[in-house]
Amino acid sequence: MRGFGLGVWFVLTVVGAVVATGVTPKARAQQNQAPAPADLRVMPVQGSVYMIVGAGGNIALQIGDEGVLLVDTGLAQNADKVVDAIRKLTDKPIRYIINTHVHADHTGGNEAIGTLGSRVAGGNVGAGAGVGAGIIAHENVLNRMSAPTGEQAAAPFSAWPTDTYFTKKKELHVNGEAIIIEHQPAAHTDGDSFVHFRKSDVVSAGDIFMTTTFPILDAQRAGGINGIVAALNRLIDITIPKEKQEAGTYVIPGHGRLCDEADVVEYRDMVTIVRDRIEDLVKKGRTLAQVKAARPTIDYDGRYGATTGFWTTEMFIDAVYNDLSKKK
Amino acid sequence: METKMIRLTILGGLAATAIAAAAIVVSAPVSAQGPAPAGGFYDLSGEYAPRYHEDQPERIPGPEIADYLGLPISEAARVHGDSWNASILTLPEHQCKPHPADYAPRGPANLRIWKELDTASQRLIAFHTHISWQAPERTIWMDGRPHPPEYAAHTWQGFSTGRFEGDILTVTTTHLKLGWIRRNGIPRSDLATLTEHYYRHGDVLTLVSIINDPVYLTESFIRTTNWVADPRQQIAPYPCDAVVEIDRPQGVVPHHLPGTNSFIPEFGTKHGIPIEATRGGAETQYPEYQLKLQSMPKPQK
Repeated sequence: MRGFGLGVWFVLTVVGAVVATGVTPKARAQQNQAPAPADLRVMPVQGSVYMIVGAGGNIALQIGDEGVLLVDTGLAQNADKVVDAIRKLTDKPIRYIINTHVHADHTGGNEAIGTLGSRVAGGNVGAGAGVGAGIIAHENVLNRMSAPTGEQAAAPFSAWPTDTYFTKKKELHVNGEAIIIEHQPAAHTDGDSFVHFRKSDVVSAGDIFMTTTFPILDAQRAGGINGIVAALNRLIDITIPKEKQEAGTYVIPGHGRLCDEADVVEYRDMVTIVRDRIEDLVKKGRTLAQVKAARPTIDYDGRYGATTGFWTTEMFIDAVYNDLSKKK
Repeated sequence: METKMIRLTILGGLAATAIAAAAIVVSAPVSAQGPAPAGGFYDLSGEYAPRYHEDQPERIPGPEIADYLGLPISEAARVHGDSWNASILTLPEHQCKPHPADYAPRGPANLRIWKELDTASQRLIAFHTHISWQAPERTIWMDGRPHPPEYAAHTWQGFSTGRFEGDILTVTTTHLKLGWIRRNGIPRSDLATLTEHYYRHGDVLTLVSIINDPVYLTESFIRTTNWVADPRQQIAPYPCDAVVEIDRPQGVVPHHLPGTNSFIPEFGTKHGIPIEATRGGAETQYPEYQLKLQSMPKPQK
């Protein structure tokens, strides 16, 4: 049978306690898009990588001799469930957390899960260096979660990234596998990263790529439509199909089902076509009301659109219009 | 000739509908369908050569641009078709896509079916199929396993389970990738389900396929396809390597902006078919539509 994801899927039901922490209004908005606390599902993806569904944003999980590496941690209140899910697969220590971006449905479990972990440290490293998992993210994620001394931070100190990067990429080698963390500027936010497990051939894409909705542009955090298009094209560069445009590199989206390059291509096509339509109308001087009346998303509304909830079609059109209307 | 073409399309649709009705069109639940019986199933294994007499203009030379006649499509599908530009297929990432499970029987479709049996019990585990164009292979599970969860990957051939209703093999397929209803930009979404009925009558194998798509169809879309047993058939390999056919800046996706596709009236004008009819919709697949056609203005050639 072709299609690894269909062939070896299985479900682990995880029951755990609910952990709640304080969040910012924006983070609360992010939380609103997640379903009520429910059982998590764990699915082997490929190589040493698993996908955890149901904790908020999707979580990628890499397990090996050195321990556990997580990409994102879900909502704070689901952290215990995530830990239970991990413990059903391995008793190895949690070594690293990588955040694809700042939103609370992807970083909410940093504090609870991170403090249970233990980064690799020893020799002449200072006391306490091995306490807690290392949390890695783009520098802008730390900037968004922290605050100057004396001001209220958006997230508790122990949830903040411990290792950041401000260059194009950061490299790791964990559990016998090269891992590339690659910044995607001004896309979903200003701190987005793809995480590419090179040996397992899996990419965790964060919310730049979702199968559940039109792209979410967090304009308050410098997200933009052209950044999302550029990032999706980069994702197509990274992924390589095995045969007949299927399988090969698997992609874990920020929300939704497991994908491969062909799914990213269709999403990229959709986003590009909608962007082009709105851009054409902006160039013609159309108002936002006129753009909405032109229904630039009509052929995709039934698949990605919404009239209620956290991110509606109208909000998407608003965001793209406002982004493309900015004075360059 | 133009009227004849429409009539043929409508008659084709009627035939498909009638055959489908005769073939028990009840959709199977998308869950475990129960294991196949230990013996006595109708073995569909064999080599089959396609017959293209049905819908030949669409299937072999290929559909004309903006010919949506006879398709129960939604407005969303129509807009998608109008903005579709065939140049998109020159992009390397689009070149090696096979036809998905619901369309593969329509293309160059020499077909092989073989069965997989459990060695110890001799129970039927699955049927497998192979089709010539782009060599897609399917597995139709007959052992009662459930369909995967919602978050599992979708594939071109989807996830199929089957059961016998008498000698008719009924197959339910989910987890399809985004595909196409017609090769001129009319899409079929990845939320669609496919129900198929395979049955032999003599040397002829008939497939009745029913697509339900909440995004791009307003009614079930029913088609029939036929093959004839051909034990001497040899299907050639079909490798595919993507190449750069047109040097473009990265990220260019060919499409027509709304209102700019000048090819939309071409099909109706060329064949003297009212443009409104070429736009498709559920109404255009029923015989009563012929009466309405008579009162509609035909475009000037």
